Amino acid sequence: MEDISLNVLDIAENSVRAKATLIGIKIHENRQEDYLSISISDNGCGMSSEQVNAVTDPFYTTRTTRKVGLGVPFFKMAAEMSGGSFRINSVLNEGTAVRADFGLSHVDRMPLGDMPATMVTLIQCNPEIDFLYTHQLDEEDFVLDTREIREILEGVPLNEPKVAIFLKSYLDEQISRLYQDNPDISPT
Amino acid sequence: MKSLAELQALRDEMKGKIGIRHDEKDNIRIVVGMATCGIAAGARPVLQALTEEVEKRKLDNVTIAQTGCIGICQYEPVVEIYEGNKDKVTYVKMTPEKMVRIINDHIVNGNIINEFVIGNNAK
Repeated sequence: MEDISLNVLDIAENSVRAKATLIGIKIHENRQEDYLSISISDNGCGMSSEQVNAVTDPFYTTRTTRKVGLGVPFFKMAAEMSGGSFRINSVLNEGTAVRADFGLSHVDRMPLGDMPATMVTLIQCNPEIDFLYTHQLDEEDFVLDTREIREILEGVPLNEPKVAIFLKSYLDEQISRLYQDNPDISPT
Repeated sequence: MKSLAELQALRDEMKGKIGIRHDEKDNIRIVVGMATCGIAAGARPVLQALTEEVEKRKLDNVTIAQTGCIGICQYEPVVEIYEGNKDKVTYVKMTPEKMVRIINDHIVNGNIINEFVIGNNAK
């Protein structure tokens, strides 16, 4: 994967397959403490402790079309290569939480990439699932809750092309505003 | 600046149209592979180009969906077209540019682009 946003998309698809009804995705970029933390949590079917241990093995997968499952191993490797860490917590029938921490200024830290594109892809392809997206930069944040979007839309489906296109522009603008309004003041 | 108030306007515009049902045989379903292999190969921009072109051409009878691993990972990104009783068409090694051409030639004008179909790209 070229960037973190593609890994997030991939891992969140696991939450979809786990039949989650609510998926929380949080990006926290902390420039003072020099970390970039990514969390993907869901209320899906969860995993047993054996499965949690197996899932970081590239040769473990639940799919039948291939013998490899690379999504989680790729994400773990990316985090660790940047001097960060990776962990998964899961409880059967309750859900799963994936957390990847990256060294923000580490030379091998892959770019964050296009989170709006990832979020819109997830929302558009899974219109029945709710997503809570939080993008935090130092102390400021932006939140998108699809439950709020659903309320406004009053029955218009979230996978209508016009809605997807609107959400992409909306997210692009809100997130650039977050960065523009909060220039980096941390000591170099 | 976009605001959620704009979404209300969009809702009002769309609400009137939701009631219109399409004849089953009219409906076209376009499915984009979005498993690890697809995402790594570039499926996300293909989906975005698809959405924008469908909206631009006002194709109300098109449904866009995703699928998981189809088992042909080396051919990703993959897009499958399901249309009424016709045979499924599987396009492989997709790009946003090819997606736009397929919408125009295949979906709008009914001409399958054989060059992009799996049968003609087999290794």
